[in-house]
Amino acid sequence: MPNATYIALIPLLPLAAFILLGIFGRKHFKNSAGIIGTFLLLVSTALALYTAYGYFFDYGKVNGVYQKLIPLQYNWLQFSPGLSIDIGILLDPISVMMLVVVTFISLMVHIYSLAYMKGEERFPTYYAFLGLFTFSMLGLVVSSNIFQMYIFWELVGVSSFLLIGYYYDRPSAVAACKKAFIVTRFADLGFLIGILVLSFYSGTLDFNTLIQRLTSPESSELKTAVAASFLGVSALTWGVVLVFIGGAGKSAMLPLHIWLPDAMEGPTPVSALIHAATMVVAGVFLVARLFPVFSMSAPALEIVSYVGISSALFAAIIACTQTDIKRVLAYSTMSQIGFMMFALGVSGSGGENGLGFTASMFHLFTHAMFKALLFLGAGAVIHFIHSNEMKDMGGLRKYMPITHITFLIACLAIAGVPPFAGFFSKEEILLAAYQHNSFIYWIALITSGLTAFYMFRLYFNIFWNKEHEPQGEHHHGEGGFAMMMPLLLLAVGAAAAGFIPFGHFVSSDGAALESEFHFQFSIAPVALGLMGIFTAMWLYKTKNNKPDKIAVSLNGFYKAAYHKFYFDELYQLITKKIIFNLIGRPAAWIDKNVVDGFVNATGSTTQTISEKIKGFQSGKVQQYAIYFLAGVIALAVLFIYVWK
Amino acid sequence: MNLTLLILLPLLTAITILLLRNTAQVKWVALTGSTLQLILAFYLLFVFNNERSAGNTAQMLFELQYNWFPAWHISFHLGVDGISIAMILLTAFVVVAGILVSWNITKMTKEYYFLLILLSMGAYGFFVSLDLFILFFFLEIAVIPKYLLIGIWGSGKKEYAANKLALMLMGGSALVLVGLLGLYFSTPERSFDLLALAHFNIPIETQMICFPLLFVGFGVFGGLFPFHTWVPDGHSSAPTAGSMFLAGISMKLGAYGCLRVATYIMPEGAKEYANFIIILSTIAILYGAFATMMQKDLKYINAYSSVSHCGFVFLGIGMLTKTAMTGAVLQMVSHGLMTALFFAVIGMIYERSHTRQVNEMGGLLKVMPFIVSVLFIVGLCSLGLPGLSGFVAEMTIFVGSWQNADTFHRVATIIACMSIVVTAVYILRAIGQTAMGPLKAGFENLTDATWNEKLAAILLVAGILAIGLAPSWLNNLISPATDIITQKIFPMAIGVK
Amino acid sequence: MMEPGLYHLLFISGALFFIGVFGFFTRRNLVTMLMSIELILNSVNLNFIAFNKYLWPDKMDGLFFAIFIIAIAAAEAAVAIAIIINLYRSHGSIDVESAEELKN
Repeated sequence: MPNATYIALIPLLPLAAFILLGIFGRKHFKNSAGIIGTFLLLVSTALALYTAYGYFFDYGKVNGVYQKLIPLQYNWLQFSPGLSIDIGILLDPISVMMLVVVTFISLMVHIYSLAYMKGEERFPTYYAFLGLFTFSMLGLVVSSNIFQMYIFWELVGVSSFLLIGYYYDRPSAVAACKKAFIVTRFADLGFLIGILVLSFYSGTLDFNTLIQRLTSPESSELKTAVAASFLGVSALTWGVVLVFIGGAGKSAMLPLHIWLPDAMEGPTPVSALIHAATMVVAGVFLVARLFPVFSMSAPALEIVSYVGISSALFAAIIACTQTDIKRVLAYSTMSQIGFMMFALGVSGSGGENGLGFTASMFHLFTHAMFKALLFLGAGAVIHFIHSNEMKDMGGLRKYMPITHITFLIACLAIAGVPPFAGFFSKEEILLAAYQHNSFIYWIALITSGLTAFYMFRLYFNIFWNKEHEPQGEHHHGEGGFAMMMPLLLLAVGAAAAGFIPFGHFVSSDGAALESEFHFQFSIAPVALGLMGIFTAMWLYKTKNNKPDKIAVSLNGFYKAAYHKFYFDELYQLITKKIIFNLIGRPAAWIDKNVVDGFVNATGSTTQTISEKIKGFQSGKVQQYAIYFLAGVIALAVLFIYVWK
Repeated sequence: MNLTLLILLPLLTAITILLLRNTAQVKWVALTGSTLQLILAFYLLFVFNNERSAGNTAQMLFELQYNWFPAWHISFHLGVDGISIAMILLTAFVVVAGILVSWNITKMTKEYYFLLILLSMGAYGFFVSLDLFILFFFLEIAVIPKYLLIGIWGSGKKEYAANKLALMLMGGSALVLVGLLGLYFSTPERSFDLLALAHFNIPIETQMICFPLLFVGFGVFGGLFPFHTWVPDGHSSAPTAGSMFLAGISMKLGAYGCLRVATYIMPEGAKEYANFIIILSTIAILYGAFATMMQKDLKYINAYSSVSHCGFVFLGIGMLTKTAMTGAVLQMVSHGLMTALFFAVIGMIYERSHTRQVNEMGGLLKVMPFIVSVLFIVGLCSLGLPGLSGFVAEMTIFVGSWQNADTFHRVATIIACMSIVVTAVYILRAIGQTAMGPLKAGFENLTDATWNEKLAAILLVAGILAIGLAPSWLNNLISPATDIITQKIFPMAIGVK
Repeated sequence: MMEPGLYHLLFISGALFFIGVFGFFTRRNLVTMLMSIELILNSVNLNFIAFNKYLWPDKMDGLFFAIFIIAIAAAEAAVAIAIIINLYRSHGSIDVESAEELKN
């Protein structure tokens, strides 16, 4: 068994950075905050790598199958005898893989930010928030309990909120962070109810027990969960679909994706860390974590795969039209996550059937590398140009050679050109899709062609196209060692990560999965990818008017895609018009006028009545005496004749 | 431990304050008295846990009984269990913080502090009494100071608000009194004793009448829909410490009464009326949240959100499962701390910016980082962020509610869950408009918190974190006590599953 | 000549009572009103004595009550006259209509 202490330190060190820098940073660590945060994370990364080494090559495997180990568990809150939130650490291939990815990417971003964020007024706060995010994300991936995952899920959401709103004095950043939080929160509602459903039928919140109870065919829990139905759908399906809604929100799947492009308002390294490599794949991770339960419900898997593929295609189309480079990358992230999602959807559990699962995790891994690289590269460009818009760029290859080369590697990787990382993982995904659902396969194929096209559109627009005319002095060049080192390291990852025999480590049942390489199968995707690249080259390598012509000829469609198919407007309509005007305003009005009106009416009625009857109080003694006499006589009559 | 100390110490403090002439002395005496009370509350928690771990399983500990009016069988009967201790701790925290934030009050300082301490005495007495007459007595003690606090030191439509609050609460206590008398005369030996009443099986007919009387009566105090309208007006007109006490302590008196008196003594009534309670509280939760969305005044925002959050308390009670009821008590404590802190922060902002309208503010994070950080914490607590107390309470209620397997309870739970989204909307709107965005002109020279404000905020934040990060201690304190209540409702049940 | 019986006495007492009531309601002068009250009280006295004599001649309760009432009436007269004097001092009249500050 592994030593629990140092594994616990992996998430706790970033937490320490958060507390230290969050409370004392402004006063005491104004300049050293970055170094402190980075150092703590470096230790954390080392520990994560050590853990991964130990798990994959030493104690993790028993009889050729990777075990689910729980080196640490602490009873945090006991709801009822069966249900409790236990904060713990669960080690299995995917969580260990995620530990490495999260710490590594986070470390890269920490180092990169040393230069990128230098001189910011809230520099310590920035590192504090990065620490909080890293802590939450690590806590999320090692969760041993579904509620623990929900806890860290929310924490991840809030740290994303804080980081998007880092430039809090920009109204657009404020709007974006609120939007991100509320949209994901809405999705979390599904997650929460899903947890309630699953925990009710399985009688536990613990992942291992829950999965075991809801998947073994002879368990009574599974039988009741399948038998119980609501609106004609079994409780099990409801549970996992609701959980999936939560995952879809975090992972920006259609139609809950609207927050992701806006989230680019945050500092670019943050986009690289949170909105590209780690947090947004939490939804994929969630589905993967509960994958055995998902695989018990065919409708749920179908939903996962169709949501995934439609998001992939949809985002790819939009990405072709955007002009803000970070937004292009944001849509490409959404598209790639769509790939991971549908790969899970078309997968089965166990053995050869689990190819989609492995492929999805593999793509998650490689995507983290090249997408972080793309974002950090874009960050370097933005740092240089001080603009996010493509029209301000062009011809930068001469000014930023390192950025150029690394960016190109990342683009080749994401386009699926061999032998870069993306090729291998995407190949596996397509293979899994081909084996299970040919419709999804064809759409995925088209999407991967589009991916190559829009990535190289981006690439050519930044580094080629028109010549760059330096305005004034670019005194800081490419950003120095702190910014270039992460780019180079990630470029190595993006170039070489594909050669890892991933199926040996991560598979749906823990046993090694041999992935064979089918040469003839990969011809179509690669050819499509190259076609995309050459189209982009033809259109964008030099400045010309071909793109505009095409845009004009595709007028309606182009416009719709440029406006992101009017999703934002639709949501605006729903929130502003319907929720605010049709629910919020009436509720406030009813409270003020009906409910409170009733209270006030009671008061004013009392007052009116007393106003009326105070005439009796004339101050004339003899009148009182008459009332008195009348009263006595009335009572006497009553007593004598009525109540004998 | 002698529980009368809990009542005597505030009484003594209040009398000392009356005798003093110097306002500085008044403040320090009030602060010392309330701090001692806080220490006493912690000591009580400590000895209580000691007794429990020593194996004392009596329902109430440190019981103490004097014959107060033997002819009517009224006795001065005190005792505590886990729920009362949680409430006492909450009160102690809020009182100290409330006294700290009103450090700068200049108008009739002595009377102000006297009333605050008197109110706290009423609350302490209420939470430790086991005799319903005494309980009612302390409830009334806690009402009158509120009227004066709002009427004299308030702002805005203070006379209207004070009248409304006092009249509605008096209406509530009238219902409570009738209910109590009903209970009193239903027993052959004519007793006001809570435990005696609980052990005597009240006839079902009496329960059917007395349960709604008591529940609604206490519900008025707790902001039960549709008797909640004193909440927004009262809170927004009250001075800062007044709002803190009102929302942090006295709304909890009502909720505690609903649980301890109505539900515990009359389980059959609770069963009969549970669905009504659930319907009312579900409406309150969602409708309160939507109404909050439309508010512009920070105090109104928090007041309406209190209606929504207190709906959770009643929902937890109405669900009648042990987990949900534990959640209800957790929510009482959590909401008490949170809302007190929220009002404290609003007060601090108002003192500096002289406005409470969110659209007149902006970018305050730049000038008052401490206060705004606290505002963030309290806002996040309100929307149920893990690590802060609101999450623990709400999740316990949700899990407990879900244990009822029929569609009605399910739908109610889902509707209640929806409020977490709406809460996020209004909290983020409020925070986004006040704290973020460009700094509005005229606010450049505002200062950050002073020592007393920092201390108050840190105290309450510590309370919120203590529950949010390690909820076990509070959960273990409360759940044996709620278990007794639910056992009485479903004597044979081993838990609904 | 017929011996006066219970009914005669009750008739007289009744007459006295209603005269007193009539006077109390119609007169505005406080002293006259006081006198009317005395009439009412004395009619009650008469009742007590009459009932005592005719129904329970061996008992004295009615007589005692009458004596009580006389004593109380005396005390009441003292108080009432004091009030009247004070009223006269403050309002300059003893008309009952003039004292209506408690109106509304």
